[in-house]
Amino acid sequence: MSDSNGHGPQGGPLTGPLKPRRHPVRAVIGIVVIALIADLLWKVANNPGFQWDVVGQYFTSRTILLGLWATIWLTLLTIVLGFVLGTLLAVARLSQNPVLQAASFLYVWFFRSVPLLVLILFTFNIAYLLPEIRFGLPLLPPFWTADTNDLITPIGAAILALTLHESAYAAEIVRGGILSVDQGQFEAASALGINRRRQMTRIVIPQAMRAILPAFGNQLIGLLKGTSMVSVIAVGDLLYSAQAVYNRTFQVVPLLVVATLWYVAVTTVLAVVQYHVERHFARGALRNATPGVMTRMTGAWRAIFPASATKPAPIDAETDPET
Amino acid sequence: MLDATQTDSDPIVRIRGLRKSFGTHEVLKGLDLDIHRGEVVALIGPSGSGKSTFLRCINRLEVIQEGRVEVDGQLIGYQERQTRRGPELRELPQSHIDRQRADIGMVFQSFNLFPHMTVLENITEAPVSVRGQRRADAEATARQLLARVGLADRAGAYPKALSGGQQQRVAIARALAMKPKLMLFDEPTSALDPELVGEVLAVMADLARQGMTMIVVTHEWGFARELADRVVFFEGGHIVEQGPPSELFTAPKTERMREFLAKVL
Repeated sequence: MSDSNGHGPQGGPLTGPLKPRRHPVRAVIGIVVIALIADLLWKVANNPGFQWDVVGQYFTSRTILLGLWATIWLTLLTIVLGFVLGTLLAVARLSQNPVLQAASFLYVWFFRSVPLLVLILFTFNIAYLLPEIRFGLPLLPPFWTADTNDLITPIGAAILALTLHESAYAAEIVRGGILSVDQGQFEAASALGINRRRQMTRIVIPQAMRAILPAFGNQLIGLLKGTSMVSVIAVGDLLYSAQAVYNRTFQVVPLLVVATLWYVAVTTVLAVVQYHVERHFARGALRNATPGVMTRMTGAWRAIFPASATKPAPIDAETDPET
Repeated sequence: MLDATQTDSDPIVRIRGLRKSFGTHEVLKGLDLDIHRGEVVALIGPSGSGKSTFLRCINRLEVIQEGRVEVDGQLIGYQERQTRRGPELRELPQSHIDRQRADIGMVFQSFNLFPHMTVLENITEAPVSVRGQRRADAEATARQLLARVGLADRAGAYPKALSGGQQQRVAIARALAMKPKLMLFDEPTSALDPELVGEVLAVMADLARQGMTMIVVTHEWGFARELADRVVFFEGGHIVEQGPPSELFTAPKTERMREFLAKVL
């Protein structure tokens, strides 16, 4: 057909508005998927087994909220301890000292090999190995001694196990981030006479953060859920609190739903925070920052439902980069 | 191997018997070279001839295996000591080497600006953190330097937003902010589009006119011919021939220099 070649019936150029290609298959698949999701949601909402009234009753109960608080602070404390220790391990691994390199390697190898649950049980039972903890100098009498069972409470064992586990992963993430920084950056900083410590803190780590942060966010979210394993040693986290209720009332499913909803809620908050922190560390890295997934989702929403475009811009749009 | 063409009792760079290997591969095979204050020296030669490595030995980005490198009378990277078994050169603590490097400016082929810092922050970072300058003073100096390289209006930009030529001019300003005794340029225009080479060479020419000592690894024959006081030809880890560009380019003394010129000109 002459039209498809861009020529009119007489062979002259044909101009007109440029239209995007149509996507009939895409529309059909979209409708089918929406129908399936709607069906699933309908079944969930109407399945009596979920006992939504019980969910609502316990969702903000004191026991659950105390458990939620324990989960949150345990997560935040161990992610900080884990990454501080992990950064030291990464720097040791990349140092010039072969003993430090080997020690760091062995630490990471060991604590990545032990399942978190096993590690938690080990630290909980550490008193069998070390009945007393002594602080002092070698060959001299200790200046401070404590009974291990007093020091390593269930919560102490949980913090210890989660930190050991987390630091091994953090070490690899930080090391990967440092290695992702171009060698020329070290050379330029060295040539200016900037010392090694400041090269790390001012030049290398800020750039490594771009590679570290997505993995860090992943670890943080993984750890949030990983803390549920401490319920086996009777630490009163979110899952343990839910279990404590259903052991009394036998309403197992609704209380698991309560715990699930809280895990999803906290994970969502963490993901939003991560998104904004990543934006911050992307400065200078992109010529034109591409819109994030949140911006695109709200943009897609407005494209489908133009009426809502007159509403105030979503929060996400306000934090778009200045470019 | 030729000696330095001029005698100078107080050269700014004095290199004697320099040897450098990567593993078993010897890249620099015992070099001697003096560079005088205010001199502009172009290092030329085929790739792999050792000229970039030679440049990087001057500020100890490369650790040398033998010989000595002196800048402004100071032995770079080592301290001479008398021991019972005789004199030895003991490696200096890192902080001393950092201090020696701070006085030697370097410009890289790939610019190596710090991408997470603005142009102004790139220039003020070392003066503040190494020299301990007050930030306000460092910024004032940085703005003067930016004006000098023709980028006064780009102080707040990030490197990615600049063209290659602009980035290299910022890199030169960054090196100059440390008030170096000499400047090393490692193929400063090789990564640039042809139309951007001129703006960087213009800044370097300006610097040469102001009396800066410059050692430049380059493939820019125009630069070597017009601005260099001396051209040093490297091949196979040796200095094969050196002299003023007018002599070297028109009447090379060695066969290898003649062959090289025939290939590249």
